[in-house]
Amino acid sequence: MNQQFYPLLPIIIPPLAGFAFLFIFSHNLKGKIYAAYGACAAVFLSFVFSLPAFYKIASAPEISLKQDVFPWFNILGSQINFSLTMDSLSAVMVLIVSGVSFLIHIYSLGYMGHDKEFVRFFSYLNLFVFFMLILVLASNPIVMFVGWEGVGLCSYLLIGFWYENLDNSRAGKKAFITNRVGDAFFIIGLILLISALSSFEGFSLDFSWLKENLVSSLSQIPGGTYILALSAIFMFLGATGKSAQFPLYIWLPDAMAGPTPVSALIHAATMVTAGVYMVSRMFFLYQAAPISLEIIIYTASLTSVLAAIIACLQNDIKKILAYSTISQLGYMFLGIGAGVYQGAFFHLATHAFFKALLFLAAGSVIHSLGGVQDIFKMGGLKDKIKYTFLLTAAGWLAISGIPPLSGFYSKDFIIETVWLSGHKTIWFLSVLTAGLTAYYMTRMFKIVFISKPKSENHPHESPYSMLWPMAILAVLSVFSGLFAKDFFAFLGLHETHFEIPFAAAKAPLLSALIGIAAGFYFTKENISAYFEALLPSVKKIVSNKFYLDEIYDFLIVRPLAFASDKFVFSIIDRTIIDKTAVEGSAAFFYKLGYYFRNIQNGNLSFYALILVLTAAFTLLYAAGTVL
Amino acid sequence: MKPNLLFLSFILFSISAAIFLIRRNLFIMLMALELGLNAAGLAAAHFALKNSKGEPLAWILFFFAVAAAEAAIGLALLMNISKKFKTLNADEIKELKG
Repeated sequence: MNQQFYPLLPIIIPPLAGFAFLFIFSHNLKGKIYAAYGACAAVFLSFVFSLPAFYKIASAPEISLKQDVFPWFNILGSQINFSLTMDSLSAVMVLIVSGVSFLIHIYSLGYMGHDKEFVRFFSYLNLFVFFMLILVLASNPIVMFVGWEGVGLCSYLLIGFWYENLDNSRAGKKAFITNRVGDAFFIIGLILLISALSSFEGFSLDFSWLKENLVSSLSQIPGGTYILALSAIFMFLGATGKSAQFPLYIWLPDAMAGPTPVSALIHAATMVTAGVYMVSRMFFLYQAAPISLEIIIYTASLTSVLAAIIACLQNDIKKILAYSTISQLGYMFLGIGAGVYQGAFFHLATHAFFKALLFLAAGSVIHSLGGVQDIFKMGGLKDKIKYTFLLTAAGWLAISGIPPLSGFYSKDFIIETVWLSGHKTIWFLSVLTAGLTAYYMTRMFKIVFISKPKSENHPHESPYSMLWPMAILAVLSVFSGLFAKDFFAFLGLHETHFEIPFAAAKAPLLSALIGIAAGFYFTKENISAYFEALLPSVKKIVSNKFYLDEIYDFLIVRPLAFASDKFVFSIIDRTIIDKTAVEGSAAFFYKLGYYFRNIQNGNLSFYALILVLTAAFTLLYAAGTVL
Repeated sequence: MKPNLLFLSFILFSISAAIFLIRRNLFIMLMALELGLNAAGLAAAHFALKNSKGEPLAWILFFFAVAAAEAAIGLALLMNISKKFKTLNADEIKELKG
C-alpha cells in the first residue's frame, strides 16, 4: 500500500474552532441562533473538506492519504507521531460521521430552539464531532485512543446536559464509568502489543506498518501467538464498552437521558460504532487469532438476542430504540466474528442512516407531544403529524429488513456470512433476532401512530429544520442498500454473492415478515393482556431487563460502596487522616503544652533553682569530659 | 607560696547561690548576685597569680564595670517593682506564668 501526503487537518479543525469559539463566548453571545448556524457550518466544512479526499481514494482504492501533524513522543525506541490517515475504511466513516452530524446539527436547531443553554449544547456537539473525526482518521492506536476518550467525555457531557435533574447526571456518570472499564481493557491490549513489539528494531505503531508486519514479527518470539490473541481479546473488550456489547451495554439505555439529537448522533449513529470501527481497523490482528473471532461472534450473538428480547417489552420510545441499537451493534459484531468485516461496516453505514432517522423521528414525536416518552400515552398520531409518520415508516421498514430498503441488504449479508462461517446455532439466533427486531419495531410503530389515541393531546408537526434532515436520512435509508456492491468493492470485497441453500437465504426475510405480522396482531389490547396473564414471571424478568443492573449492583456497586464506606472512608479518611494525623497532632501539642506550662509558674526562686542545678550539672558533665 | 584564692572563690560563690535560693527579698537576692560576680572575679585573680599573667586582671576590671552597670539597672528595676507591687517579696510577684 503506498501512502501519499494529503492535508487532512482541515477536516478536523472546523469543529474544534467552532467548539472553542462557542465555549469561550457562550455567555456573551447575543445572537444565539447565529452561533448555532456557525456550529452547523463548521461540521458542514468538515464534510466538504473530506469530499476531495474521498474522491481521491475512490479513484485509486489502493492508496492511503496521510498527514503527520506533529511528532509526539518516543515509546521504547519508536517515534509516535500525531498523524492522520485516510483509506477506504476511514473515508467511508468520515463521510458518515460528518454527514450525519451535519444533519443532526440542523435538526437540533429546531429541537433545542427553546433551550436556554442552546449555545453550550452546540459547543459540545462540535467538540464531539472533532474527537470522533480524530478517532476515525487516527493513523495509530494511540491517536485513536485520544479520540476514543474524547468522544466518551462528550457523551458524558451531553447525557448529563440537563444536569438539574439528578437522574440525568447519574446516567452520565454511569455511562462514563462503564466506558472507563472498557477503556482500561483497550489500554491493556495496546500495552501488551507494544511491549511484545518493543524487542523488534524499528517497530512502528502505524496501522499500515502493523498490518504488514505485526503478525510476522510476533510469530518470531516465543508465545507471540498467545500475546496476539490476548491483546485482540482485550481490545475487543474495550470495544464492548464503547459499542455497548454484553456485559458492558448497561450504560446505553440510561444514556437516553440526554437530549434526543444526542441519542441519535452519539448513541446510535456514530460513537457507539467506534468499537466496530476499531475492530475493523485492527482486523488483521483478529484474523491472526481465530479464538478472538469466536469470542466476538458468541458475545455478539448473545447481545443481539438479549437486547432484542428486552426491547419487546419496553414502554419508553427512546429505550426501545436504545435496546434496538444494542441489538443492531450485536449484528455488526456478528459480521466481524464471521470474518467479513466489510459486512459489519455496511450495516454500520445503513444503521447510522435508519437509526438516526428513527431517533430523530422519535424526537419529533416527543417534541410534538411536549415531552411525553411513554408509547402507551401516545397513539393515533398518524393523521396529526403526517410527515413524521411517513418518515418513521421508512425507518421502520428499513430496520425490519424489508427489501429493497437498506436494512434488508446489510442484515441479510451479515446473516449469510454467519451461515457460511459454519455457526449454525448462531445463524438461527440471528434469524430469530431479525424476527424480534421486526416485532418490536412494529409494536412501537403501531402503538404510537396507528392505535387509538390514549389521551387528550394536541400534537403539532415539527418545524422544517427538523423535517428536512429526517427526509434526507429517510432517502438514504431507503436507497443506500442498492449500492451494496459498490460499497463492498470500495472496501476491497469483490465476491459478494454466496452459494447458500434457498431456505437459509430466505429465512431472515420470512422471519422479519412473521415479526411484523406478530407486531400487528399481538398489540391488540385483549391479546397482549392475555399473554401477560399467561406468563407473568417471564414478563417480569424481561421487563426488568434480566436483572442485569441489579446483578451489577449486587456484585460490583454495593461491594465497592461498602468497601469505600467502611474502609476508605471510615478507616483511612476518618480514622487515619482526620482523627490521627490532623486532630491527633493538634491534641498532642495541646497536651504537651498543658503539662509543660507548669514549669513556667512565675516563682523566681524556682527558676533560680533550675538555673543553678543546670549550671551544676553542666559543670559536672564538663568536668567528666576534661578529666 | 602563692595563696589559693580558688577555694575562697568557691566558698563565696556557694554562699551567694545559697542566699539567692533561700531568701525571698529581691533586694537581698540582688546583693547575692553581686557576691557571685565577685566570686568569679576572685577565681580570675587566682589564675592571674598562678600563671603570672596580666590578662585575667584586665578581665577583673571588666567585671567591676559590668557589676556596676548591672547594679544600676537592677536597682532601677527594683524601684519600679516596689512602686507597682508595694512589696519586694519574690513569692508575691508572679504575674508572668503559664
